[in-house]
Amino acid sequence: MNASLTARATRTGGSLVQHLRSRLGTSSLHPAGAQRSASGWLAVTVLCDPADLDETPPPPPLDELADRIEVRVRPAAGGKGTELAARLKQRRVPDRAERRLSGSDAEGEVRSALRKAKQLVEVGEVLVVDPAPHGQRTATPGGALLESWTRSAGKGGVR
Amino acid sequence: MRAVTWRGVNEIGVEDVAEPSILNGHDIIVEVGLSATCGSDLHLVGGYVPAMRAGDVLGHEFMGRVVDVGRDVTRHQTGDRVVVVSFTSCGRCWYCTQGLFSLCDNGNPNPAITEALWGQAIGGCYGYSHALGGWAGSHARYIRVPYADQGAFTIPEGVSDQRALFASDAAPTGWTGAHLAGVQHGDVVAVWGAGGVGQMAARAAMLMGAERVVVIDRLENRLEQVRTHIGAETLDYERIDVAAELRERTGGRGPDVCIEAVGMEAHGSGPSHLYDQVKQQLRLQTDRPTALREAIYACRKGGSVFTLGVFAGLVDKFPLGAVMNKGLTLRGAQQHGHRYIPEILDHMSRDEVRTEHLATHVMSIEDGPRGYQMFTEKEDGCVRAVFAPGA
Repeated sequence: MNASLTARATRTGGSLVQHLRSRLGTSSLHPAGAQRSASGWLAVTVLCDPADLDETPPPPPLDELADRIEVRVRPAAGGKGTELAARLKQRRVPDRAERRLSGSDAEGEVRSALRKAKQLVEVGEVLVVDPAPHGQRTATPGGALLESWTRSAGKGGVR
Repeated sequence: MRAVTWRGVNEIGVEDVAEPSILNGHDIIVEVGLSATCGSDLHLVGGYVPAMRAGDVLGHEFMGRVVDVGRDVTRHQTGDRVVVVSFTSCGRCWYCTQGLFSLCDNGNPNPAITEALWGQAIGGCYGYSHALGGWAGSHARYIRVPYADQGAFTIPEGVSDQRALFASDAAPTGWTGAHLAGVQHGDVVAVWGAGGVGQMAARAAMLMGAERVVVIDRLENRLEQVRTHIGAETLDYERIDVAAELRERTGGRGPDVCIEAVGMEAHGSGPSHLYDQVKQQLRLQTDRPTALREAIYACRKGGSVFTLGVFAGLVDKFPLGAVMNKGLTLRGAQQHGHRYIPEILDHMSRDEVRTEHLATHVMSIEDGPRGYQMFTEKEDGCVRAVFAPGA
């Protein structure tokens, strides 16, 4: 067996082991805080005075979701700015961690709007990365998975 | 334009890619003068950092000239010669205002990936996978630089391109480690790794007042660079027992500050290195912490250990007992270069920081695959392969 074949075999084996371990629920492989809080609030801390943020109407683009969400504004501890939180008025049973982390859950839109609101207040614009220069994209399962994840990455995460 | 791209695990290509354009008001476009390979690239090349896609442009350490400016940019104009910090940070969030720029809340457009990995997202980094934002890298003729007022720095006249280049990443990473590790006057500092970052960490420690600085590696040409260009002492870990030698040089105490500048693919010797290799290849751990373990055991009681080398995930056989019982302070960080680069450029203009020797092989973009091979295999004494896209 040559060296590259050996390396490929160990990588494949390693991926399988990792997959099995994650399926078996090894706690060290679970990301921190992937479950939603019991109250359902999703929050960001914005570096601004609490007086600069309103709950009604909430800052854009949260205002576009105003009829579907509740918004809470309060000072952050230690002068770290203002906590801006939002949650769906009609909350369902939280989606599985994988759906939350990938942004394919019901709250993905709220998560994304919170992040954008924070950027608009702090920086004045929402940062965009695409279209970024790149070479030829090879069609692989891993590449497709990554592309799918990054497409909705603003909606996913632990918030 | 031509660019050096990641094509797959251990596969580097050179391809035609589209030129970047201004997308946000705080952007500039930089025509890249020089762009360096970095040890942390090797974790991407080897597939140890997930979230790379075939066609991604590599490179995060670069300098060049401004050729286009967004409407909200106030500090730069077309024609400026600039060095750009490798992290994309807004300068406005709480973390940036605390000087913790690589922890920026707003610089990574793909926060879900690192939130899933680490619990919170950090800032973005050029050419460093979609986990850190999916930003196109600098091994190309042009690069888009977001938050340019924060991340691009005008190079003083008299500082050469090859010197200024390393104010982008290697030097500010070294400064981050020495500063946040708390180096004080009279300290003995040990640095694991004599690559660009290790050398710069050693130089930073000396300029911050360390009395003795010892750099540890196995590659004689790099140790020779340390002695000649940095002015620090050296140890070859393949010839001596590092911990014993450090104890002897410090009257039995151990170094006050230990800086690990190696990262997740550390080399080593003996059974523990073989153990780490096997576990990493089987994906039972993602990172090999060989040098970090040694730093923790070597550090004096109550001392400080800093991880500058890049780690991505999980390690095994981590000596937490030594950290706790010896009362160590353990810290780590990606670089907060925005706060250090002005000071570094000042040192460079006074000849107190010299980095030209790191660029052992300067080549064209078309030599990208060869450059990475030389850098990976350390062929011909390669410390850093540097690409000159305009050459």
